[in-house]
Amino acid sequence: MSSGLALALALVVLVLALGVAAALPRYLPAAAVLGALLLVVVGAVDVSRAGDALRALAPTVGFLAALLLIAEGCRRDGLFEAIGAVMARGSRGSPRRLLRLVFAVAVGVTALLGLDATIVLLTPVVFATAVRIRTSSKPHVYACAHLANSASLLLPVSNLTNLLALHASGLSFAHFAALMVLPTIGVVGVEWVVLRRFFATDLRRPRGRGTEQARPAVPRFALVVLALTLVGFALSSLLGIAPVWVAAAGAVVITVPALRPANAVALVRAAEPGFLLFVFGLGVIVAAASDNGLATGVRDVLPAGTSLPDLLAIAALSALLANLVNNLPATLLLIPVALASGPGAVLAVLIGVNVGPNLTYVGSLATLLWRRVLRAQDTEIELGEFIRLGLLTVPAAVVASTALLWLGLQV
Amino acid sequence: MRALVWIIEDTWQATVAQAAEYLPAQAEVTLLHVADTQTEGVARVARHGLLGRDPPDRGREGELRAISEQAAKELLDDARNAFGRPVECEARRGRVEREVVAAAEDMDILILARDGDRAQLGPRSIGPAVRFVVDHAPCRVLLIWPDPAPSLTTIPPPPPGPPRPR
Repeated sequence: MSSGLALALALVVLVLALGVAAALPRYLPAAAVLGALLLVVVGAVDVSRAGDALRALAPTVGFLAALLLIAEGCRRDGLFEAIGAVMARGSRGSPRRLLRLVFAVAVGVTALLGLDATIVLLTPVVFATAVRIRTSSKPHVYACAHLANSASLLLPVSNLTNLLALHASGLSFAHFAALMVLPTIGVVGVEWVVLRRFFATDLRRPRGRGTEQARPAVPRFALVVLALTLVGFALSSLLGIAPVWVAAAGAVVITVPALRPANAVALVRAAEPGFLLFVFGLGVIVAAASDNGLATGVRDVLPAGTSLPDLLAIAALSALLANLVNNLPATLLLIPVALASGPGAVLAVLIGVNVGPNLTYVGSLATLLWRRVLRAQDTEIELGEFIRLGLLTVPAAVVASTALLWLGLQV
Repeated sequence: MRALVWIIEDTWQATVAQAAEYLPAQAEVTLLHVADTQTEGVARVARHGLLGRDPPDRGREGELRAISEQAAKELLDDARNAFGRPVECEARRGRVEREVVAAAEDMDILILARDGDRAQLGPRSIGPAVRFVVDHAPCRVLLIWPDPAPSLTTIPPPPPGPPRPR
């Protein structure tokens, strides 16, 4: 098969898989796996190359599964209820105090447990807390949605894109985190300033007078496992252990005590096996597209240096691509190319693909498809406000954090 | 006389108290609360960004809606008790300002509270939602200050007049 035809086919399969992801998430693993199989069968990608892609992804996918299990364990132990109760008490009914707490908690949860935990587990708690103290929930839920992406720069475990980059870049867990501290501060600072202004009217409102909260039970077990896992991550390179094994140990320790025959299926589902299959399938699809000319195209466009203008261009292009398709395929495509310029360029890619999605969230293609689905479900969502807020935060956050990354790379 | 009293989470007590004070005893009163579905929508947008992690069949889809409906019910119950007279309660969901205007159809008066900066007199004391409702209400409107109104000194001095024609 000619590489032009193979590239075209791979791109069609990619778009179809993302379309299914947007419109029919239930069939997403099947779509990606079938798409990948099709590309192998028609010869758009070699069997051995597909095998290499799968082998390269395996540790990352295992890592993600372990992190999802740790987050689920934290939920089971009542961590998120405790967070909700602490926020309700700490805010004393004031929307501004609540926003400060939401920022602190969302940054912490995103960094330690990953963006999934912030979206799936923390956001409902934040919503319930705001409703319970009888204040506007809007700024707080927007803050969660935004910080799930923008605070996911800090640690390799904060975002699947980071895990992909960590594995490829050869950075240690601690080195990655050290380089990403300044960019994270930059992004969170921009979010704070913009959200405070954007929701000034909601935040200026008086204290709500909601019902009193009982003092929450402290989820000691989850906190201890989480702390030990984090220490393990930080020391992993000194001890010569891959961080994925630390995550696996944490997942086993937090999951095994809860394991019963009755909930075994639920526990397996918490690791999102369908999504993990999707990642494998996507890896093969992107490999097919990359090998048949897309990587060359990207190499022509992506700057090769690590000067400040180069890093800014890399981050901006990454953000653009993440918004066009989605940040997962964007990461799979960009990381191997950026790797040639060293870890600085890889981290600039991460700034783009992690912070960029706050503009359209799923990627504009999927967003377009998805809006049709939503309208069919009789749930009208105005994306205008969301996109306006994204336009105010994303460019400033990408520039600020890339400049801070560059600064950190100089020392 | 049919009266609609629109209550918001943080100012409902003042709104209910003043409505009870101004409305005649024979008025048919409806207390209205509108839950903003936009916020729930944002949470859904974010979930969708997870690309199939946490799929809708996991039963978490209606989680926020349930929280929101329960809270609206409790708020309206509190407001009904505070009103001290028999009143109807109406809970709506959607775009707040549009739902309020729609609910005000066939009403003789709408009572609502300012939702902006209450420290000074002026346009900033009205937020976007109340501004829309006041502009589009299909009936008379009583716009209250949830706290005692600020003093006249909070109005800035008038701007200098236009330049004199030569």
